[in-house]
This record gives sequence, C-alpha cells and structure tokens, in this order.
Amino acid sequence: MIGRYALRFGALGYLAFLLLLPVGLVFYRTFEHGVAPAWDAVTSPQALHALWLTLLIAAVAVPLNTLFGVTLAISLVRHRFPGCGLVNAVVDLPVALSPVVVGLSLYLLYGTGGWLGGLAGHGIKILFALPGMILATIFVSLPFVVREVVPVLREIGTDQEQAAETLGATPFTTFRRITLPAIRWAVCYGVVLTTARAIGEFGAVSIVSGRIEGKTETLPLYVQSQFEGFNTTGAFAASVVLALIALATVVAMRMFRPGGEAS
Amino acid sequence: MGISAVALSRREAVLSRAGGGIARGIAIGYLSVIVLVPMAALVWASRSQGMGTFWNEVTKPEAWSALKLTLGISFLVAAFNALTGTAIAWVLVRDSFPGKGFVNAVIDLPFALPTIVAGLVLLELYGPNSPFGVNLAFQRAGIVLALLFVTLPFVVRAVQPVLLELDREMEEAAESLGAGRFAVFRRIVFPNLLPAVLSGVALAFARAVGEFGSVVLISGNIPFKTEVSSVYIAGQVESDNPAGAAAVSVVLLLISLAVLLLIGAFRHWRTRHDR
Repeated sequence: MIGRYALRFGALGYLAFLLLLPVGLVFYRTFEHGVAPAWDAVTSPQALHALWLTLLIAAVAVPLNTLFGVTLAISLVRHRFPGCGLVNAVVDLPVALSPVVVGLSLYLLYGTGGWLGGLAGHGIKILFALPGMILATIFVSLPFVVREVVPVLREIGTDQEQAAETLGATPFTTFRRITLPAIRWAVCYGVVLTTARAIGEFGAVSIVSGRIEGKTETLPLYVQSQFEGFNTTGAFAASVVLALIALATVVAMRMFRPGGEAS
Repeated sequence: MGISAVALSRREAVLSRAGGGIARGIAIGYLSVIVLVPMAALVWASRSQGMGTFWNEVTKPEAWSALKLTLGISFLVAAFNALTGTAIAWVLVRDSFPGKGFVNAVIDLPFALPTIVAGLVLLELYGPNSPFGVNLAFQRAGIVLALLFVTLPFVVRAVQPVLLELDREMEEAAESLGAGRFAVFRRIVFPNLLPAVLSGVALAFARAVGEFGSVVLISGNIPFKTEVSSVYIAGQVESDNPAGAAAVSVVLLLISLAVLLLIGAFRHWRTRHDR
C-alpha cells in the first residue's frame, strides 16, 4: 500500500515539477504587472506580423499534409507496390530527424550553389522567404496524419469497401461514403498534431528564414529575438499566445484520441 | 513475354482500382520533393569536397566534442525516461485518484508546446533569476532538464496502451502460485512491456539527439562544454561553413535512420508476441 502511494506521488510530483511549474510560470511572468503591458506587447506590429505569418504558414502546410497523409495512408495499406518499405521508412524520418538538419538540407538545396539555387536568379525566391519556410514546416509536420490513419485503415479492413464496389459504387463514392467516415476521427487527431507542430516549429524555420525582423519572423522566432534583445515582456507575451494554442491542442487531442470516446 | 504480361495485368489492376495509381504517384512525388530531394542534397553537399573533408569536419575538436556530448546526454535522458515513463504509465493505468484524466491530458503538453517556449520558461525557472535559487543555465544539467521536458511523453505513450491491454489473469495466476509482487513484475509484467519501453526509449533518444529549440537558450552554447550538435550545426551555418554543418548533419541523419530501423525491429518483435 505504501509502495503504491510512493509511486503515485513520485510520478505526480515529477510531472508537477517538470510540466506544470514551467507552464504556470509563463502565465505568471506575463501577467505579473497586469494585463496591459502584455496586451501592448502582443499587439505590437512586429508581434502581430509574426503571428499572422505563423498562421499563414500553418494554413498552407496543414491542408497539404492532410491531403497527402490520407492519400499515402490508403496507398500504403490498400496496395502493395515496389518501394513500399522505403516509402514507409521515409515517412517516419521527420519525427526522428533534428529540425536543424531539415533546415540545413533546404538551405543547401535552394541556396547559392545548390541544385535548385538557380531558381533565385529567375525571380523565384525560396530561401529567406515564405516558400522556404512553408517547405520546412511541411517537412517537419509530414508524418502525423499518415501515422494516425494507417492503423485505423488496417483495422477496418476491406469488407465494406469491396461490398460497395460490387454494388456498383465508383471508387470516389466508396471513399466518400465508406472509407472517409471510418477514418475521420483519426484524420482529425492527425490534423491537430500537424497544426501544433506547424505553429511551434523553431529549428528548421530558424535556418531557412534568415530571421528577418518583421518579414520572415514567425511567432516562435519572435520569442527568441525578443528574449535576446532583452524585451522579456514581449518574449513572454508571445509565449503565452503559443502556450494557449498548446493548451487548446491538448484539449483537442483528448477529444479525438484514438480509442477514446470519439472513435 | 511472361514479365510484360504480368506487368500489364498488374498495371490494369492498379488503374481499375480507384485511380489509385495516379493518387499514389502524386503522394510519392510529394514525399520526394519535400523529403528525399533535400536529404539527397544534404548528403551530396557533405561529400562534395571529398571524403577527407567530410571526415575532417566531423572529427574537428569542437564538432567531435559536441557530438560526444549530444550522444552521452541523450543516452542518459533516454535511460532515465525508461524508468520515469514506465512509472508514470503504471500510475496512469493501474492506480486511480481524483484528477487522473487531467494528468493524462497534461502528458501531451511537451508535444504541443513550442520548444522555444519550453526553453524560455525553463531558463526562467532554473536560470539566473530562478525563484528556487537553482541556477542550471549554461551547464550540462540545464540541457538534461530541457531534454527531459521535451522527451517526457514518448515512453509514457508507448507503454500505456500495452499496459492497458495486458491480461491481469497472468499476474493473478502468478500471485496465487505464491509469487511476490516484485517477482510478478519482473517475470510477468516487465517482459511484456519491454518492447514498448524500448521503442519509446528509442524515440526519446532520437528526439534528444536532434533537439534544438528548448536547448538553445538554457545551454549557453559554450564550445567543449555545453554545445550540442544541433546548436553546433546552426552555428556553422551562421559562420558560413556549410561543409562543416553538412558533415555533422549527415552523422545525425545516420543516427536517426539507425534509430528508425531499431524501432521497426521492436515493433516486429512486439507483434510477433501478439500472434
């Protein structure tokens, strides 16, 4: 009995010290001197631009990765094709790879002397501009939808899809009426994870963006630049915005968790 | 003749199925543009000045020391996670207490919180302005703390479902045969959890090796002391030595691939046990 309580309070104490304390501190430090300074910091033109840019990048990266994720998950589960194993391995790579390495690879590919470095000469600016930041964000948030949808597709099997086909349904109808309803919660869960990662990405975007203030600065980059410029209020105010998004993410994850109430 | 006939019928089958061929082609093209081409460019750049330069860049004292520090700390953090992650998963599955749902949700915070925010608050909590008077800034202990924060969910989330599905009857049988609680854990529970613990540990290790945002502020990036590889790579980009950055990056890429292979092997092991 004593062992059980020791384990419970050990585990909970560790979580409180490692998780709750830091997150609580973000809010405390931001509103220490009232709401007004924090509000001013968040609504400064530079901060607003960073927020807008962050949301814009997510608005491009998340739908693309969702579309891609569902398509690839169906291909991986429902068809055998040459290179299937390789594709499976490559999909997982972004989870295990350092974001700095991701950023560097894009920097080398689209930079001066890179294979596609010539694009800049034709007026297509990728590095230190929005397209590069979007590419980096897509890279790091790529696996989440695929990884959530694949196990669900495996589990539901092909019986219903085959039945629909024998009854004369077109492939698109089968997808819309049979497959999509079965995987929708997994897709939602994957979208939540993708969005969180896209909004919070720091390392890859930091290298690809060139961190030009007011131009290629996302909200996480803004946090760092304000902190290093000794504007702690600005850094914490932006952090609170990001922390609120993170809390909303956690709530959404509870709602869509596979095997939870929703599925 | 045989080959072309097989290829043709296979092709027809593919085309008849859902236009699946086109969709798959687009998906694989997307994967190539986003992931494979940049990776190829990275490997190409690291070797463009010959293997000698590659090796020199990796074994440069500063790069080498950063690599050793990164691997050492990541091992430490991953091993510690095996212990704490399993304990937390155990408490969440087998224990019951008020607020359990809340605690279970909170585990995902490190996944959701941007790493730079984590780094900023950890520096405030355990840095020079620490309310507890504990200053870990610019020390290796600070890096360990940041990595423990970001890697927390991996082992918990790997072990939890396995523990939920684990058949209690086995444990009850062992207990009724007179096994002590420790013996039950060591001989029944632990062998069943091991593959899940190891995959969680491997993911945590990979994450720790590559982590950047949460570490960059608290570590102070002092060469030979608190500079980890990801920060070293970013520094080399800024000081315009892409060859050095690419060489160390390729080493990190190889580590990531090795970890993914290991995780595949653990998964295989686990599903074989299921059958």
